[in-house]
Amino acid sequence: MTTHFHVPLPKPLHDIFRPPPTPGVLGVFAHLDATLEAIKKLRAAGHADFTVYSPIPRHEIEDALGQPVSPVRMFTLIGGIAGCAIGAWLTLWMSYDWPIAVGGKPIGSVPPYVVIMFEMTVLFGALSTILGILFNAAFAARRLGTIQYDPRFTNDRFGVFVPAASDKAARVEAVLREAGAEEVRRG
Amino acid sequence: MARVTYDYVTRTIARTLGAPTRGYFLLLGSAVGLLGVGIITLLFLLRYGLGLAGYSHPVYWAVFITCFVFWVGIAHSGTLISAILFLFRSGWRTAVYRTAEAMTVFAVMTAGLFPLIHIGRQWYFYWLIPYPNERGLWPNFKSPLIWDEFAIGTYFTVSTVFLIMGLIPDIAAVRDLATGWRKKLYGITALGWTGANEQWRHYTRGYLYLAALATPLVLSVHSVVSWDFAMAIVPGWHATLFAPYFVAGAIYSGVGLVITLLVPIRRLFHLEEIITVDHFENLAKLCLLTGSIVSFSYVTENFVAWFSGNASERAAFWYRAFGPYWWASWTMYICNGLLPWLLWSKKVRTNITALFVISIFVNIGMWFERYVIIVVSLAGEPYEPWANAVYNPTWADWGIMAGSFGWFFMWFLLFVKNFPAVSISEVKEVLPPPKRVAARAGARHA
Repeated sequence: MTTHFHVPLPKPLHDIFRPPPTPGVLGVFAHLDATLEAIKKLRAAGHADFTVYSPIPRHEIEDALGQPVSPVRMFTLIGGIAGCAIGAWLTLWMSYDWPIAVGGKPIGSVPPYVVIMFEMTVLFGALSTILGILFNAAFAARRLGTIQYDPRFTNDRFGVFVPAASDKAARVEAVLREAGAEEVRRG
Repeated sequence: MARVTYDYVTRTIARTLGAPTRGYFLLLGSAVGLLGVGIITLLFLLRYGLGLAGYSHPVYWAVFITCFVFWVGIAHSGTLISAILFLFRSGWRTAVYRTAEAMTVFAVMTAGLFPLIHIGRQWYFYWLIPYPNERGLWPNFKSPLIWDEFAIGTYFTVSTVFLIMGLIPDIAAVRDLATGWRKKLYGITALGWTGANEQWRHYTRGYLYLAALATPLVLSVHSVVSWDFAMAIVPGWHATLFAPYFVAGAIYSGVGLVITLLVPIRRLFHLEEIITVDHFENLAKLCLLTGSIVSFSYVTENFVAWFSGNASERAAFWYRAFGPYWWASWTMYICNGLLPWLLWSKKVRTNITALFVISIFVNIGMWFERYVIIVVSLAGEPYEPWANAVYNPTWADWGIMAGSFGWFFMWFLLFVKNFPAVSISEVKEVLPPPKRVAARAGARHA
């Protein structure tokens, strides 16, 4: 007699690309003020890691959530400074690497090189801003792919997803309904 | 505006991506046909050389460079509307900025072709790029042409990423309404956008910084283009006025083309409630402002030529107005100097048909402005009067120019059918958000 043991094999790629869904409660709201009320009530009840969906960015939501300022600005700053430095290096080093006197001007004449330095500042600043957004919004917010979503959130509905284990879910549901959710789903 | 709700905005704009009609295919076909004319002309140019385009002493910068400056100029109003007005928090830009921004990207793509055509041997274009080569040579960074390459390259990259960034939430909105293969396509291109607070938080910040970077960039690009001329000593080119003069002219012509493009889009896609007459009026005011700066520059330019007492400068401007190219110069003075004054009248600013006609003349005028500055200054160069010669564009010039319009409109038509030509999320931003309190009040009135 042989006994079959079921040994779960580690599946690292599967875990990265298809992470298991986060259990929790999703509330769908038709009104902005109801959404804000839900956010306030949830924060008062001690929830901190819930997600708010909205079709447009609203300052009221940001304020209600009390989020810190996005770190994207550091990406822009560092990219811009790096671009400026690369522009200066490119023009000066290349001029001295093979010196050609043009129009009786110094070999490394900075005023015309400011144009290149400026363009490189903007180019690198913009590209690293994009990287900053991608890094923070797409990679750093890894949980986003695992939580409930509703296609109406890009149209005209607001949503609040609260991660909660099944024993706490009933309480969260009550909070969302009380705030004025038109639909509450558990998943 | 009562019936313009979030849902109305999403559905109205998403409807523009519906099945294309025969009229659309007819337009697209004409654009591709024009592009074909351009490609055939280019083959002739490759075979017989640039002499076919009328290049001869003393005019070696002609219609191709004119078209280059024209298309770069067209691009500028897009970034003005999408970035500068964003920083100024102008709410009205939301309905028109996507069209303007797409126009920017395609106009820069068109402009970039002209220096390549102009160099004659396209297969050596990479000599412009600083790359390590066996002779250890590097480009001359003191040359405005190299500045131009960096400026246009940066401008194309930044305006493209700016356009794509703005599109992401809208593609997600379209994805959530679409079915079948379109849902898959938009699902991939939306990059997983869900409108979660963690996404908006970084997105809005990043968008702000992109706008802040694009603002000085757009002003620098046409300044650099103007220095292609102003850094030379040719009378009619060598002026410190050139940078602001070119930037204002660029925005003037670009706003003109935005109006030309928006009028049919609004009509064909039934976007009358989203792009209103007020939007056109604001565009017309921008046209009036920049057109007035251009008119002022004409006056300054001519005054300085006279006041300087410089014989060559005076001769250049006299040749411009009363020489063999008087017709080109006066087209430019009338279309850019006098025509915008019609826009002082509110009746004209709010009449879409009138605006459409004016916008076409704005661009005819601005094309001739570049033609006059480039060709006429070279043809009547007063330092070597014995070498002056009249240049006339040939069929090859017109063929390439027609091809450039075909290229531009091909991309633009493909864009408006495949991506939202009006921003869905930003149009919603300027609407009053749905609130319970307002809903109850509305119910009472009903």
